[in-house]
Amino acid sequence: MIGIIDYKAGNAPSVLNACKKLHINAHLVSTPGQVEGCQGIILPGVGSAQATMDSLRESGLIDVMKEKVLDRGTPFLGICIGLQVLFEHSEEDDAECLGWLHGEVKRFPDTEVRVPQIGWNEVKFVSEHPVLSGLNESEYFYFVNSYYVVPNDKEVILAKTNYGLEFCSMIAHRNIIAAQFHLEKSGATGLRLLKNFALRVGN
Amino acid sequence: MLTKRLIACFDIKNGMVTKAHKFQDNINVGRAEDIACKIYQDQIDEIIFYDITASSEKRKIDIETVKNVAKHVFVPFTVGGGIKNLENMYEVLKAGAEKISVDSMAVRNPEIIREGAKAFGSQCIVLSMQVKRVEKTDKIPSGYEIMIDGARVATGMDAVEWAKRGEELGAGEICVNSIDRDGTHAGYDIEITSMISNAVNIPVIASGGAGTPEHVAEAFTKTGASAAIISSMLYSPRLERNYTVKEIKQKLIDCGVPVRPWIENYNCI
Repeated sequence: MIGIIDYKAGNAPSVLNACKKLHINAHLVSTPGQVEGCQGIILPGVGSAQATMDSLRESGLIDVMKEKVLDRGTPFLGICIGLQVLFEHSEEDDAECLGWLHGEVKRFPDTEVRVPQIGWNEVKFVSEHPVLSGLNESEYFYFVNSYYVVPNDKEVILAKTNYGLEFCSMIAHRNIIAAQFHLEKSGATGLRLLKNFALRVGN
Repeated sequence: MLTKRLIACFDIKNGMVTKAHKFQDNINVGRAEDIACKIYQDQIDEIIFYDITASSEKRKIDIETVKNVAKHVFVPFTVGGGIKNLENMYEVLKAGAEKISVDSMAVRNPEIIREGAKAFGSQCIVLSMQVKRVEKTDKIPSGYEIMIDGARVATGMDAVEWAKRGEELGAGEICVNSIDRDGTHAGYDIEITSMISNAVNIPVIASGGAGTPEHVAEAFTKTGASAAIISSMLYSPRLERNYTVKEIKQKLIDCGVPVRPWIENYNCI
């Protein structure tokens, strides 16, 4: 079973709808006990890194997520803010994040482009990964973001996108996959990616 | 490159899609769920759903219809109509929408924009504005006034000023709805769309008046709009000819407007 972390500022219902469409065995989870029983974890997200971190802290989910994902290798998929909070620090509200990956989260240059970035943008995959099965070298996905991640270790970058500058739009590191775009809202292409993740979980 | 978006807009009344002419004389087109599903399959980039009588009937938004549409639509989904407070916003997001459109309620209580942006993020709040061409005055220097309550009530507010204020308050997008062009199929109001997209640094959505793919192309080539709303063109029985998303996108490609590419076998990926 895949647990979709449900917290107030998230868009967990949209991710659940997409999973249902794909007949993926997934449920919304919001307590440490529920997360404990999951074979895969999806951390969706909209809103701010700070609000997400506050919400995860209040629900007492940080320790159990860390143990499952970092120590026990449970497949993990982060979406949007669910990617950003994996890093150490976000410029948004000067938020301290999970720090599972080294790097930071920066704001797009307002002088170059309209912020937030809202819309379908090209995602260019820079290396191969099983989660990309059936996808072309570049595909269009739906983005809504004012901030982007800058990983210290460039090896984790799975895809890049241009918006005023070239930024990292997807990462892969061991059992962790995370995307800046909303795959649950990227039509058939996004659903394909979600399905591939579920297949990795054994769903 | 970030592409320009085509957004299908549904005016909903009692769970049915309805089509107006200058905000009046609505006719029924079909069940919201069925039409949303068809347009999603047709590869629309985004969907907006307005519960058009929720505000004037002083009732809450039709959550069941929101839920039913959200189950079938895997592109961004914005909902508006009758949203008064954070609790209403949360309810709509829980029902499966990504964004909330505020309009008349935001004019009455601009703080709702700030509160919504703080609670759910700026990207979640679309400030939709009903604009009407009027004589230029000191109070309305742009020559466009903000109207509310289904274009029935004038506010004395300047449209460009309100857009800037909306951005300051934290709106993530601004949708410029031309009352004069609504349902006329005469093309978007290029002037006000342009003025507002120049005045703010958040994405602007052109709305009201599209009747042909040329009109849609014009919204992108003649203004800084990031997205354009189409409705009549897709499904209105009032229009002699309806268009598919593919046809409209082809026109945009011909005019050099970047769009999300068409995918063959959309269902089979």
